[in-house]
Amino acid sequence: MPKLSWWKFLTIAIMFYVAWMGFMGKVPRLPILNETVRNLYFHVPMWFGMILIFLASAWYSIQYLRTGNLDHDVRAGTHAEIGIVFGLLGITTGMVWARFTWGEYWSNDPKQNASAVGLMIYMGYLLLRGSVSSVRDRARIASVYNIFAFAVLIPLIYILPRYTDSLHPGNGGNPGFNPYDQARHMRPVFYPAVLGWTLVGFWLANLLVRYKIIKNNYLSQ
Amino acid sequence: MIYRILNLLFFFLATMEAYGQGAVNSIEMADKFRQDGKIYVVVATVMLILAGLFAFLIWLERRIENLEQKQK
Repeated sequence: MPKLSWWKFLTIAIMFYVAWMGFMGKVPRLPILNETVRNLYFHVPMWFGMILIFLASAWYSIQYLRTGNLDHDVRAGTHAEIGIVFGLLGITTGMVWARFTWGEYWSNDPKQNASAVGLMIYMGYLLLRGSVSSVRDRARIASVYNIFAFAVLIPLIYILPRYTDSLHPGNGGNPGFNPYDQARHMRPVFYPAVLGWTLVGFWLANLLVRYKIIKNNYLSQ
Repeated sequence: MIYRILNLLFFFLATMEAYGQGAVNSIEMADKFRQDGKIYVVVATVMLILAGLFAFLIWLERRIENLEQKQK
């Protein structure tokens, strides 16, 4: 048994709690949504997790620019990769949910389109990293791009869709997840679900970062 | 008189409640699925998958930890 940080034990505990309460907990009876409202514990945390992981990525990019320590650049790149995984899971699970509540997998909804554009911006970041061979240049250029990418992502998926009509809850002028407002017994599951899934993302990123640092040390020996 | 009004009010509220219940209960949920009790099977499956995933992550932890030790 390897030494595990305390937050990894917390992750395991929260995820088992979410797996149990996600199916067995009480949910409100709402038309159209029916039992699919439980997706709040699985689909929505993908996006919350993605944003928090991208925030960490932007933070590490700032740290790289401040210190010039290449490990920070490795961390920034890895967190962006894990964030994209969460984003892709968010967009595909959103499509499945949309098929049974909005009628179509993809209805060119502002929220869907903006999420797709946001993910492409981050894929551009990975493309940029892959296309510069000088380690120092790559780290510097990618860090600046990454900070701008995060600055664009927030208005793109959290602010702009609110100005238009969207099928997605919390858009079209009204913030918050209003259809679930009556669901006070969903919150004790929803917030841990967000935390748990986010921590799963950070755990994956943590392993990948350590692997890459070992590899870089080995290659530079 | 006052009793009559209260009586009326009581029955009015009582039927309101019943109507509200009817509307809420007409929304389909997985009630039958839960009555059968077999939802536990799904929960057990998900938990086993989670357990497997976490076991795998811990296995990765160990391998990476070993490499980190060797490089020191």
